[in-house]
Amino acid sequence: MSIEARFKLDKGDFRLDVDLTIPASGITSLLGPSGCGKTTLLRAIAGLEQCQNGYLKVAGRVWQDSDQFVPPHQRPVGYVFQESSLFAHIDVRGNIEYGYKRLAKAERKISLDKAIELSGVGHLLQRKPETLSGGERQRVAIARALAVSPGILLMDEPLAALDPARKQEILPYLESMHDELDIPVIYVSHSTDEVARLADHLVLLEEGRIIASGATGEMLTRLDLPLAKGEDAEALIKAVVAGHDDEYALTYLDFSGGRFTVSQKPLEIGKPVRLRVVARDVSLTLEHQADTSILNIFPVIIDEITPVGSSQLTVRLLANDVPLLSRVTRKSAALLGLEKGKQVFAQAKSVALLA
Amino acid sequence: MFNESDLTALAITLKLAGVTTLILLLLGTPLAWWLARSHWRFKFLLEAIVALPLVLPPTVLGFYLLVTLGPQGPVGGLMESLGGRPLAFTFTGLVIGSVIYSMPFVVQPLQNAFEAIGHRPLEVAATLRASALDRFFSVAVPLARPGFLTAAVLGFAHTLGEFGVVLMIGGNIPGETQVVSIAIYDHVEGMEYTHAHWLSAGLLLLSFLMLLTVYGLNRRFRIVQA
Repeated sequence: MSIEARFKLDKGDFRLDVDLTIPASGITSLLGPSGCGKTTLLRAIAGLEQCQNGYLKVAGRVWQDSDQFVPPHQRPVGYVFQESSLFAHIDVRGNIEYGYKRLAKAERKISLDKAIELSGVGHLLQRKPETLSGGERQRVAIARALAVSPGILLMDEPLAALDPARKQEILPYLESMHDELDIPVIYVSHSTDEVARLADHLVLLEEGRIIASGATGEMLTRLDLPLAKGEDAEALIKAVVAGHDDEYALTYLDFSGGRFTVSQKPLEIGKPVRLRVVARDVSLTLEHQADTSILNIFPVIIDEITPVGSSQLTVRLLANDVPLLSRVTRKSAALLGLEKGKQVFAQAKSVALLA
Repeated sequence: MFNESDLTALAITLKLAGVTTLILLLLGTPLAWWLARSHWRFKFLLEAIVALPLVLPPTVLGFYLLVTLGPQGPVGGLMESLGGRPLAFTFTGLVIGSVIYSMPFVVQPLQNAFEAIGHRPLEVAATLRASALDRFFSVAVPLARPGFLTAAVLGFAHTLGEFGVVLMIGGNIPGETQVVSIAIYDHVEGMEYTHAHWLSAGLLLLSFLMLLTVYGLNRRFRIVQA
């Protein structure tokens, strides 16, 4: 099942011209700088933006082609706007029930209770929207969108209007939603952090055009894309909790290229997790260093090297086919004789456990 | 206090204001909605026409209505040829005149209220399965409630105070088209100041109470929305 979208839109100073096929499963993130057209694309998928000669097919059903345009209220989408946009004239419960009440009984696959529980808003039901904090409002908006049992969930930077603490408050709900409900999500973002944490699939937009699309781990480490050249270039690694070391309070996380050792986390053995390894924190050695405090060392093969600025390089590494990035100076690379195909060792100074 | 013809005039006035307000809300709501939403480039033309009664001397409006609705006028003539009677000097004629005269007082607050809502809540409602009509009644109307209150009270109060249009088109027929404002004028003409006082004070009090309601309630709305 997939989502096929072709849209062309000319708004004077802004043009959107996309031809996109993405999987209708997991979380797909539309990433790009502001003004690149990601919100317009999302709105076109919801039917809020009318593009002539557009084509849209979602999971086998045509929503738009030259003959038809399914109006927004007949599309099985849930939409979370950037500002929560709760209805000011009704309380939280009324907001969440608004769409639910308009569904036929057979369409109600997600119960109100489930939507409320997944968003953690049970204690807010009697409140009026204006009395809620920003984070609470956004959670109510998410519950409201889930309560229409959407076939696809569209989220337009749901965290952008929130401060970092509020973001941390919402992310776990998004993750549990991802884990518990099998709803494809299209998630607009300009934050690589959010994307690394949530997205399975990544679509990069620039000036109304798609410059690349693919699996998140792959996209983050592609040297021909701007992501790998940025200051925060990073690799995403999917690993599984392999065990705990109670004596030293450590947790072992296995991936096909080796084993990460991190500070102990209360995670069940076998649970899948995401790790973020920032390119700046990865150094390279020719020999397996024994006398080092760094625990996370992997044999890798240099896959590709690209210059960043005048003094630095980004090196793409493969640890048994799992891509990693390392940022080194041009001088070190010359001293070590780094080149494509060479076998070296990657030392990761720090690793962030995302979920 | 009030004599019998005063009470009749008062009843006619309240009935006129009530009927006018009701018709204006029914006609003015879709018109205001359209004015608030439309991107038609000549929309300003219609806006200017709606606002015209704000600046036009009521006698001018009344005069044209009289000419149109009277037996020799196009509408009045048509009515007569169909076996009816001309609308000039009837209660129906008064209602038509009042609807036109009070139009901006109802349409403008409604238009402002609808514009203030913006597109977003309606888009949200659309993504929550609400059809266009459903969105209008379940989102736009409740969110524009302060606007409806203002529109209703201003339309009502403005019709209460009408004089020129009513005099031109309704004449001054006691029991049919004589409203309070004209009755007051008659009393003053006849040097019956006590009667004029009672009626004037009654109208003053009524108008003030209504405006008090609008401002009081809308202030509460604002606090709630802040």
